[in-house]
Amino acid sequence: MKRATCVCLGGAVTLAPFAAGVVVLCDPLRRKIGDAEFVLITTLDALPVDGVPRKFTVRADKEDAWNKFPDTAVGAIYLRRIADSKVHAFNVVCPHLGCAIEYRGEAKDYLCPCHNSTFDLETGTQSPDSPSARGLDSLETKIENGGEIWVRFQNFHTGISEKKPIV
Amino acid sequence: MKWLTDWLDDRTGYRKIVREILVENIPGGARWRYSWGSALTFAIFIQFVTGIFLWAAYSPSAQTAWESVYFIEEEMTGGWLLRGIHHYTAQVMTVLLLLHLLQVIIDGAYKAPREVNFWFGVCLLLLSLGLSLTGYLLPWDQKGYWATKVATNLAALTPGIGEPLQRLIVGGADYGHHTLTRFFALHAGVLPALLIVLIVAHIYLFRRHGITPKKPLRGPDAKFWPDQVLRELVVCLAVLAAVLALVVWKGGAELFAPADPSEHFPARPDWYFMFLFQLLKYFEGDRVLWGAFHIPGMALLLLCLMPLFGRWKIGHRFNLVMLACMLGGVAYLTVVAFQKDTEDEEYQLALKNAHRDAARIKELAKATEGIPPQGAAVLLHSDPYTQGPKIFATKCAGCHSYEGQDGTGAPLEEPSSAPDLKGVGSRAWLAGFMDPDQIETGKYFARTRFVELDEDGEKSRMVEFVHGLRDLDAEGKSQLEKIVAAVSADAELRYQAEIDARDASLIKEGTDLFFNGISGVKKACADCHGFDGEESSSKNTPDLNGWASRDWLIRFTRNPEHRDFYGAGNDRMPVFEDEKTFTDEEIALVVDWLREDWPMPGAE
Repeated sequence: MKRATCVCLGGAVTLAPFAAGVVVLCDPLRRKIGDAEFVLITTLDALPVDGVPRKFTVRADKEDAWNKFPDTAVGAIYLRRIADSKVHAFNVVCPHLGCAIEYRGEAKDYLCPCHNSTFDLETGTQSPDSPSARGLDSLETKIENGGEIWVRFQNFHTGISEKKPIV
Repeated sequence: MKWLTDWLDDRTGYRKIVREILVENIPGGARWRYSWGSALTFAIFIQFVTGIFLWAAYSPSAQTAWESVYFIEEEMTGGWLLRGIHHYTAQVMTVLLLLHLLQVIIDGAYKAPREVNFWFGVCLLLLSLGLSLTGYLLPWDQKGYWATKVATNLAALTPGIGEPLQRLIVGGADYGHHTLTRFFALHAGVLPALLIVLIVAHIYLFRRHGITPKKPLRGPDAKFWPDQVLRELVVCLAVLAAVLALVVWKGGAELFAPADPSEHFPARPDWYFMFLFQLLKYFEGDRVLWGAFHIPGMALLLLCLMPLFGRWKIGHRFNLVMLACMLGGVAYLTVVAFQKDTEDEEYQLALKNAHRDAARIKELAKATEGIPPQGAAVLLHSDPYTQGPKIFATKCAGCHSYEGQDGTGAPLEEPSSAPDLKGVGSRAWLAGFMDPDQIETGKYFARTRFVELDEDGEKSRMVEFVHGLRDLDAEGKSQLEKIVAAVSADAELRYQAEIDARDASLIKEGTDLFFNGISGVKKACADCHGFDGEESSSKNTPDLNGWASRDWLIRFTRNPEHRDFYGAGNDRMPVFEDEKTFTDEEIALVVDWLREDWPMPGAE
């Protein structure tokens, strides 16, 4: 009886401070980032008409724990003109494991320098010998005010074949 | 199960260790009074666990320390509880340290052959106090900042090595990022590591010499497990309960406003250092060394010598008397320190303002949905609600008053010689101004040149006019009220917006009366003052277009001698535009504060 009480009491007082800490440690699990919003990237004039992609920094207000950083770099995208006033956008984050892809002018494709995934210039589909489980993540775009390119910027979970936004 | 433990024991021999830990003989049976050491160990265990979890959310730099603690407190689920436990366990630990020390000395457990272990204990006491001191700064709030400044300034007085020592501790010439990184390294790295080493040595020596039984023995010997263990666990539970009760009762640990070297704060150490704080007050000038080093050092030396005196019976008695004197002295100084603070009205006011700032900065941080990268202090710097009164007290209260005081709640040094600006622009303020019984009081024109007699034996036109309103009939009074409402509406005060909107027609009537005059009164307001789009028709007379509005007050404060205001008729109000002692930002903050126009988080 005495021993059992000791074990119970000892367990309780030992676990109590851990319990208080674990609740706080798990705080990020309860947080969600807001819906992705359209961000002004550039204007149509900045994109070559021949369909060669250009890399752009995405700037937006960034919330980071207690801070809010106004108009700061939150990521990058490749933009490509596919018609006179039509563009296509890929997130630079490789869907394999999150390195940044690069456009290769000679091969006319995208390469991830980490694990050598390559992706099709137009569709973003991964080449058959790529380790990536899916093709590049395209982003919603819209043209406004006669030439402003707006992109709905968001990131996606990597390593899986499904394109699943991080929320 | 058994094969697994056998396997493990075969490889590690853990059973022998466990047996050695648990099968300790307790002469005379288990007793509650042997539990203080375990209670302390448990408190330290809580600090390690909660401290590491806090570490996972804390960011030591001048722009992020307060902010991350704020985030732990206000945003992270359960953060206030975690920080509260860490904070109040430190307080409880201090009490337990004292009780442990008392028990060891009273029971004679410090005597030979246990001297070394007693000295280890004294080192542990100092380490714990060091942990408290370094931890106090980490939230980088006003309280920790100013109190720790005192401590590091004292370090600078250390004979011989003071200044370089201070620079090493502070990480530079002044407090900043490296003060925090260094204090954090001490608090979460160096001191805890030393603490562990010393605790292990302390417990090892304790086991080597065995428990010091309290004589006379009460019964047969018992074993540590489970008799004594049970008692110790109950004490641990009590410690935990006391800490939790404190956290819930106090609503967590307080977080004051972010550290600000430009902002006065009544620096006080935590309660267990208050005796040292009080002791310092008795030593002036160079003699501060006595209060800071010599006396505490001698007390510490005496404490360390106790085991040597304790060899003799009379020595033990001497130790008991000395301990009583020391504790009596500490208790006396602590009580005096707190008593002085309770009686000190200035301190109480400063503390009240500090609590207000603390509450306000949290509101502001919440309202902005994200603290700017420069840190939370900037939010407070641009806040009329907290800055207005402080600026008013330094820049305006030489002449003006605010509800009879200096804006911060402190009394004026001299009677005011300019209007009281509480509620300026409001109907009540203006109605009082137009009251013959009030115009010459300290609330308005007392001690101004407007109430002095000129060569014709007359006061200023305005004062004479107000006196002419003394015998208004009921209709005249109602007309005056309408004028007051009309002029006050131009102030566009936020807190008056509702009644201004409601009384639109009354205000319209008041505007007409401004030009046509009150029945039975010779002059109309418009005979001198401008209003409703018309300019002033008389020189040196304030234009009342937009009277007491934000823009009007700012322009007025910048230059009261402008022709829109008093012109050459200005009394002693400085032209701040020229003097440059009162920046435009400061003027705007004071004006917004006077107009009670500040963001009201939650109210919108």
